[in-house]
Amino acid sequence: MKEKVLIIGGGIAGMEAARQLQALGCSPLLVEKEHGLGGHVARWHKLFPDMLSAESLVTELEAGLSGVTVYRHTEVKSINRLKDSYSVKLSNGENLVVRAVLLATGFRLFEAAKKEEYGYGVYDHVVTNADLEAWMNGFPDERMPEAPRAVGFVHCVGSRDIKAGNSQCSKVCCMTAVKQAIEMRERYPQAEVYCFYMDLRLFGKKYEDFYIGAQRDFGIHFIRGRVSEVGETIDGRVQVKAEDTLLGKPVKVILDLLVLMSGMVCNPSASALAPQLRLEIDSDGFLRSRDNVAGILESGRPGIFYAGACTGTKTVPETLAEARAAALRIYQYLQA
Amino acid sequence: MIYKGKQKIWSDYQKEIPDDHWFYARSCIRQNFFPASEKYFLEIGRNVLGRDICDTEHHTTCGGIAYHSDVIPQETAMTIVARQFALMTEMGYRNLVASCITSFGNYTEILETWREFPELEARIREHLWKSCRREFEKPEYLAHASDLMYKWRNDIAERAQYRLVNKDTGEPLDIVEHIGCHYSKMFPHKGVGGAEYPCVLSGMVESWGGRIVDYPERRHCCGFGFRQYLVKANRGYSVSNTYKKFESMEPFHPDGIITNCPGCPYFLDRWQYVIAEQTGKTYGRDGFGIPVFTYEELAGLVLGINPWDLGLQLHQTAVEPLLDKMGVAYVPADKYLGLNREDLLRPELPSVLKCF
Repeated sequence: MKEKVLIIGGGIAGMEAARQLQALGCSPLLVEKEHGLGGHVARWHKLFPDMLSAESLVTELEAGLSGVTVYRHTEVKSINRLKDSYSVKLSNGENLVVRAVLLATGFRLFEAAKKEEYGYGVYDHVVTNADLEAWMNGFPDERMPEAPRAVGFVHCVGSRDIKAGNSQCSKVCCMTAVKQAIEMRERYPQAEVYCFYMDLRLFGKKYEDFYIGAQRDFGIHFIRGRVSEVGETIDGRVQVKAEDTLLGKPVKVILDLLVLMSGMVCNPSASALAPQLRLEIDSDGFLRSRDNVAGILESGRPGIFYAGACTGTKTVPETLAEARAAALRIYQYLQA
Repeated sequence: MIYKGKQKIWSDYQKEIPDDHWFYARSCIRQNFFPASEKYFLEIGRNVLGRDICDTEHHTTCGGIAYHSDVIPQETAMTIVARQFALMTEMGYRNLVASCITSFGNYTEILETWREFPELEARIREHLWKSCRREFEKPEYLAHASDLMYKWRNDIAERAQYRLVNKDTGEPLDIVEHIGCHYSKMFPHKGVGGAEYPCVLSGMVESWGGRIVDYPERRHCCGFGFRQYLVKANRGYSVSNTYKKFESMEPFHPDGIITNCPGCPYFLDRWQYVIAEQTGKTYGRDGFGIPVFTYEELAGLVLGINPWDLGLQLHQTAVEPLLDKMGVAYVPADKYLGLNREDLLRPELPSVLKCF
């Protein structure tokens, strides 16, 4: 009989892990609280650095779920440890007994409105990185100007920000901002595009090339300095004040659109499950792994494993790699 | 502008303000700059609205200006403040309301510091006892006087003789609000509406019929900035800050400015004259400036108090354009008559900024 494995979260980590577990001969049960699968990536437009279509990635992962039991619009209500398995009660009333549980609950975007000085939800033309991706995917957004002459991106919104309660770097925002800046320049070649950054963390393959191309080929202005405040002009444009720390001067620009690069914070549904499973929460609010070198996938509790951004900020390739590794680790656990 | 977004933020920063029984701590400079403002705070609170407010001649400066100018250490300022608290305690009050924004910021900072470092509070108690044999209770509630006026805004609106509405067009008057930096920029939760979008003044303006102007440099300093002005060599910096604000608000054509700090109305009012002399530019219509008011003055106008009793003749920038728009009755010839109709003499008029 195939061993049942519960996967909580139908984002790319959960989907990829389910696909791999199925291939390894297990019986994965995938629980997703929303109707659609793919999580944040399903709402994204293109993925850096190859500008891969996010939709095609999600479609490919979803195609691999043939034979996997998927519970959509479903949440885990309670979960209890039995002798060598877990008893799970779902919000649809179904009860399951599974040998292992994989948490792939992902992250939540930082609420940009908490950084009140940036005016998200107050000024007409201030959006987040996620809003911009949704608009690029064809969802209309009245905050988007028709033919912008100037667009700005604020890096590290709610990341590396102790005042906001998040000291961690969100890892993907620098590259997302560079990508989105290029995309806006491609759509609106007449627009000046500014990126306000603390420092650029471009660690991945081809990331540095992407950044150099943004300056050399697209003429994007990178200003090292945090934005101090945002206001609105009489014609509804956005005034941004910042300090250029390389020039040692304050700068003020008037923009048609300001994009806030909201960072990653832990998904509250993971925090809610943690006490039931006696899982530890790390100082950054994410789930604490056994260790952060060789035991990232391990919870320290028997039969409970992690994959993706539930343990910290991750890129898409890192998330997929972790999902595959978690599937293999669970398979080994079940064989032991 | 998404008004609902601001309302959501305002709902996060509501402040408990007791309705009655306050010990009033005056400002050390407001009575020179805007001499009737404190008088009419007490007049409105006590005689119009029937509240109990204690005003004693025994209290002193809070030391805030000296502290923010690096003239005295914080422990000295704390001991001065401890003495104010002792007076409040001796007179049987538990709520302290400060007239001055810097005092409010100073009291708030000191109470928060004592909360973090109780050993420091113990030392200050010792200093106070050694220096003047006094003891004190900390205030149960601390408010700025504009917090109280905000709380009373609807009571004032019910008694209004005039509204912040253009009598000819029926349109709301466009009012710029300017919040003193020490009100909530240090401790956002201590101010009504927080630090980024405070509603302490905008709430008054809207209750009294006006419309708030949100312009890009709304949060910028008025130009006082303590050492920007107190150090004479820095005064160009002071006026350039004020200039930046007026350039930013100019396209909105505001009818008036409301403030809640001792320094802000002074600098926004006086520097308009200096800017006019230096650049030839004025920001109101027909060569006038934009009239600047304290919240007590604006409340007084709404309640129908004679503008000259409110001390508006001491403003550098003429207030008459706003009085005329509101339809306030006043006698121009009485402008420079003091108490008992004593002739205060007419000031020399500026060459550029139009005044009466």
